[in-house]
Amino acid sequence: MGEKTNRWWNYFGYAAKLLVVFIFVFPFLWMFSVSLQNNDEITAIPITLIPSIPQWGNYVEAFTSGPFLQYLGNSVIIIVSIIVIQMAVMIPAAYGFAKYEFKGKNFLFGLVMLAFMTPVQLTFLPIYNMMSKAGLMDTLLPQILPSMTNAFGIFLLRQYFMQIPDELIESAKLDHAGSLKIILKLMLPMSKPALTSIILFSFVGHWNDYFWPLVMTASEKVRPLTIGVSMLKNTEGASSWNLIMAGNMILVLPILIVYCFCSKYIVSSFTYSGIK
Amino acid sequence: MKDGKKWIPYLLVAPAMAGIALFVIYPMVNLVYMSFFKVNQMNPDKNKFVLFDNYTKMFRTSAFQKAMVNTGYYALFSVVIILALALLLSVWLAGRRTKFHSFVQGCAFLPHVISMVSIGLIFQQMMDPDFGIFNAILNALGLPALSWLRSSDTAVGSIVFVNVWKSVGYYTLILIAAIQSIPESIYEAAALDNAGKLKVFFKITLPMISPQIFFVLIVLSIGSFKIFDLISIMTAGGPNNASTSLVYYIYANVFQDFDVGRAAAAGVVLLGLVGVMTVLYFVGLAKKVHYQ
Repeated sequence: MGEKTNRWWNYFGYAAKLLVVFIFVFPFLWMFSVSLQNNDEITAIPITLIPSIPQWGNYVEAFTSGPFLQYLGNSVIIIVSIIVIQMAVMIPAAYGFAKYEFKGKNFLFGLVMLAFMTPVQLTFLPIYNMMSKAGLMDTLLPQILPSMTNAFGIFLLRQYFMQIPDELIESAKLDHAGSLKIILKLMLPMSKPALTSIILFSFVGHWNDYFWPLVMTASEKVRPLTIGVSMLKNTEGASSWNLIMAGNMILVLPILIVYCFCSKYIVSSFTYSGIK
Repeated sequence: MKDGKKWIPYLLVAPAMAGIALFVIYPMVNLVYMSFFKVNQMNPDKNKFVLFDNYTKMFRTSAFQKAMVNTGYYALFSVVIILALALLLSVWLAGRRTKFHSFVQGCAFLPHVISMVSIGLIFQQMMDPDFGIFNAILNALGLPALSWLRSSDTAVGSIVFVNVWKSVGYYTLILIAAIQSIPESIYEAAALDNAGKLKVFFKITLPMISPQIFFVLIVLSIGSFKIFDLISIMTAGGPNNASTSLVYYIYANVFQDFDVGRAAAAGVVLLGLVGVMTVLYFVGLAKKVHYQ
């Protein structure tokens, strides 16, 4: 008897877990379905679950409804620039905080933590004024420069650097290696997990970012993909859900593909950094 | 580490500190400063010092009051529901480490890495009162249809719903990692004592993961105080300002009403809220919350 209820209990647990999967995956399948429906199907009652003839043309129409190639290009340029600049700023800083004792170190590191906790919703207004005074609003710089210091990255990388024994660095110095060489040949190779996590966070965060580009862009020329897709509602009409979802797919797909291939790695680096 | 030249560490951290000074410290000081002025964006020479005028006037507007009350609702409901669900799911899913389990966890986590823009648009379509799948499901179950984002009674609840859906997986996984790091020997000792499942949960699991629960609580609260993206994408604060929030109020004051001084004053209110949570966080971290 006990064994039998146990088995039923197992089936029930299995079904409940499948339900969890369904709840979190279904909206994405639904987006895909709507993106392929024709204009009658999106306003039909009862609703259409699977389009009768997939309308692949929706993707062409969405993509050509605005300068999407430009939006995509902007997103890529912004993200690559941010990651390159962040690395150049973050690596020496993390090295300095991890391996040197100097006056004011605790205070300066406190400022890094302050920067980590400060939401962009507090800083955007003065930065907007700063950027427009400098005449940069027609460029991508307002979306790149303010992200130059990755405070969280400094924090994470510093922890990795601190675990590398001082003796290794001392012996490298005896071989007349300069700071630059020590960083490039010793510190970085030993901190690969931290570096890949930081790059991953930056990529996901800036690819998905909505608030910052919304307040920092006034013209089509500088808009990234998130803003372009969110504006489809205005350009295509609020009820053209098939075209909006087709545009939305372009935004979701790159992340989704990366996620399918290395979800385990992504999940573990996000949760690890959450605990620390 | 000792080094002959004292200036080397300063040189190493200089670019990072310059970035923080320019894009964090200066803006925050400037924000507080601006909140005491009637700001003229076109001609900064005409900025007029008004002391607390922006604040007193703002506190009296119904738009600001609505924004504050809503932000309280968003924070309260998001934090309570997400934390409760994440605890439930994590205790349920932490037990076994099979392939199927990590697949379930991977699916629950997926929304965390997808843009709010995408998620907002998908749910707005699904919540359409006439052609959306949500009302179709309610209909099939014999329940009355809802207006979701279109009614001032249900707009805030609908946004909380989407917020919970997006975030719950992330926090569940953080708690799962915490639960899995509890030493097995403690559970074995409890099993020897014939402790029931509920007792084990309240006497072992919950106290052992209290530092992570505290972390989740703070991060969730700060996140909720900043809620903006979903509102901007799905309702634009409407209908009739019903779903506005503190950050949406700031945004609207800058880009729609062009009252920058008042926006700065609202920003200082946000600064206060986030500041309190941050101080709590570091005090808690210093004490290493462990109950019992």
